[in-house]
Amino acid sequence: MTAALSTHGLVARYGDFQALYGVDIDVAEGEAVALIGANGAGKSTFLRSIMGLLPVTPDMVRLDGKPIGGTPTDRMVQNGVAIVPEGRRLFTGMSVDDNLRVAVDQADRFGRKGGWSLERLHRLFPILKDKARTQVQNLSGGQQQMVSIGRALLSQPRVLLCDEISLGLAPKVIREIYAALPEIRAQGTAIIMVEQDVGLAQSASDRLFCMLEGRVTLTGASATITREQIAAAYFGGSHAVV
Amino acid sequence: MQWFDALIQGILLGGMYAQYALGMALMFGVMRIVNVSHGDLVILLSLIGISLASAWGLGPFTVMVALVPLAVAMGWLLQKGILNRVVGDDPLPSLIATFGLSLALQNLMLQIWSANSRSLPGGGIESQSVQIGGIYIGLLPVIVLAFATGLTWGLDLMLKRTRFGRALRAASADVEAASMTGINARAVYASATAIAVGILGFAAVFQSLRSTVAPADGGAQLIYAFEAVIIGGMGSVWGAFIGSMVLGISQAIGFRIDPGFGVLAGHIVFLLVLATRPQGLFGKA
Ligand SMILES: Nc1ncnc2c1ncn2[C@@H]1O[C@H](COP(=O)(O)OP(=O)(O)OP(=O)(O)O)[C@@H](O)[C@H]1O
Ligand SMILES: [Mg+2]
Repeated sequence: MTAALSTHGLVARYGDFQALYGVDIDVAEGEAVALIGANGAGKSTFLRSIMGLLPVTPDMVRLDGKPIGGTPTDRMVQNGVAIVPEGRRLFTGMSVDDNLRVAVDQADRFGRKGGWSLERLHRLFPILKDKARTQVQNLSGGQQQMVSIGRALLSQPRVLLCDEISLGLAPKVIREIYAALPEIRAQGTAIIMVEQDVGLAQSASDRLFCMLEGRVTLTGASATITREQIAAAYFGGSHAVV
Repeated sequence: MQWFDALIQGILLGGMYAQYALGMALMFGVMRIVNVSHGDLVILLSLIGISLASAWGLGPFTVMVALVPLAVAMGWLLQKGILNRVVGDDPLPSLIATFGLSLALQNLMLQIWSANSRSLPGGGIESQSVQIGGIYIGLLPVIVLAFATGLTWGLDLMLKRTRFGRALRAASADVEAASMTGINARAVYASATAIAVGILGFAAVFQSLRSTVAPADGGAQLIYAFEAVIIGGMGSVWGAFIGSMVLGISQAIGFRIDPGFGVLAGHIVFLLVLATRPQGLFGKA
């Protein structure tokens, strides 16, 4: 089976500072993979590199086997890759509805079809219907995260990148948001989720990647990876596993 | 009565300033660009309009029909050719680029039209007025205000209701997030500048009807637009409109106090707003 999205020796740098040293990660249609790692490991950098927000060469990122690395971000979205960015990045000063309609507009513009509509999103997150006219900066963190996820879904992605969607949210809200993932996957959408909460990452994904200082240090099926393996990969070889 | 008259004349004058300020507010709001060549573009368009009128004997509204599409094209080219290369987090490159463009345009206009003042023949509308309750109201200023109101209303509606308007507001709020939602920011910018300069096509006709224009006049128009935008609050369309009214009224009242004090009164109100409410009357803190 060819991967929906795969990276091949992906390197990224900020000026002189190299953040990623050859990362190979892949995700298949309808699959969810989790990417974990300590602060500063390079997880967000990895997702941003896929989206064309950092310079990478074409063959470092492949979509259905086709090299597309370094494609401008807006074209990446047209190609079917969407991101729920770190920090949500909503359009401040605009209503919930307008935030979402921006994504609908762009999908319409390029005739991108998929299963997502405002109505369906309202069924998935009913609060977004009640708050349709509220400006996004007046929402709670959880509601904002739902808008950010909704905006990405309305781009009709085949591959969805999620950067720490649970960050700063109450456990109940996190459960509500993660409960939406199966429906997204059922559509055939592939998901790469960056997650700080290791337990959550493990339970919500099929496979797990752990990253340390710009390199992948562990890969495996989420169901069978042990806590000890994760601890070793997370902190590196110099740290004893207790 | 004298002060009421000043108020009315000030609002009418504000209509002219609003036509300069709208495009400046739009460009600043979306790209954080202060277009230093804004006033020179008005003058350039005015001179082109005057030449068109005298070459073919066109009336002012026929000139407008020709000038607005030309202005739209100029704005689009300005963004595609120059501003898209310098737009970014740092405001300095675009400031330098538009400053350079301003100088280049002034010299170009001097070459083509010489330093002489010219104006657009209006076939009489520029001197018609009606008297209401002891106050003379010029027909042309009323038309100018009506166009300014219509343009502000149309621009506001476009920003609120259309696909392009939403994309523009999104790019203005967070350009990177906009690109992550599929928006081509540079294409949106090109359309925004096309609209901003397109509005100057209207302004150019009215400016050259109500007074004379000469190649070096752009600076004053730039200052008025800039002051109106600051008074109203950067990046808000109705804010720019109200800011223009405040500027016009300040100048008209100052002029009644002492004819030499008119323009200065506008500068003083501008400085007062800047000192006490730097985000502008309608801007968010
Ligand atoms: N804009 C930037 N300029 C320079 N260095 C950066 C920049 N952004 C990130 N870095 C550096 O790159 C490395 C990887 O950062 P990145 O944000 O990808 O980590 P992360 O795994 O997402 O961390 P976190 O869990 O805190 O979000 C870090 O050392 C960080 O300091
Ligand atoms: Mg991160």
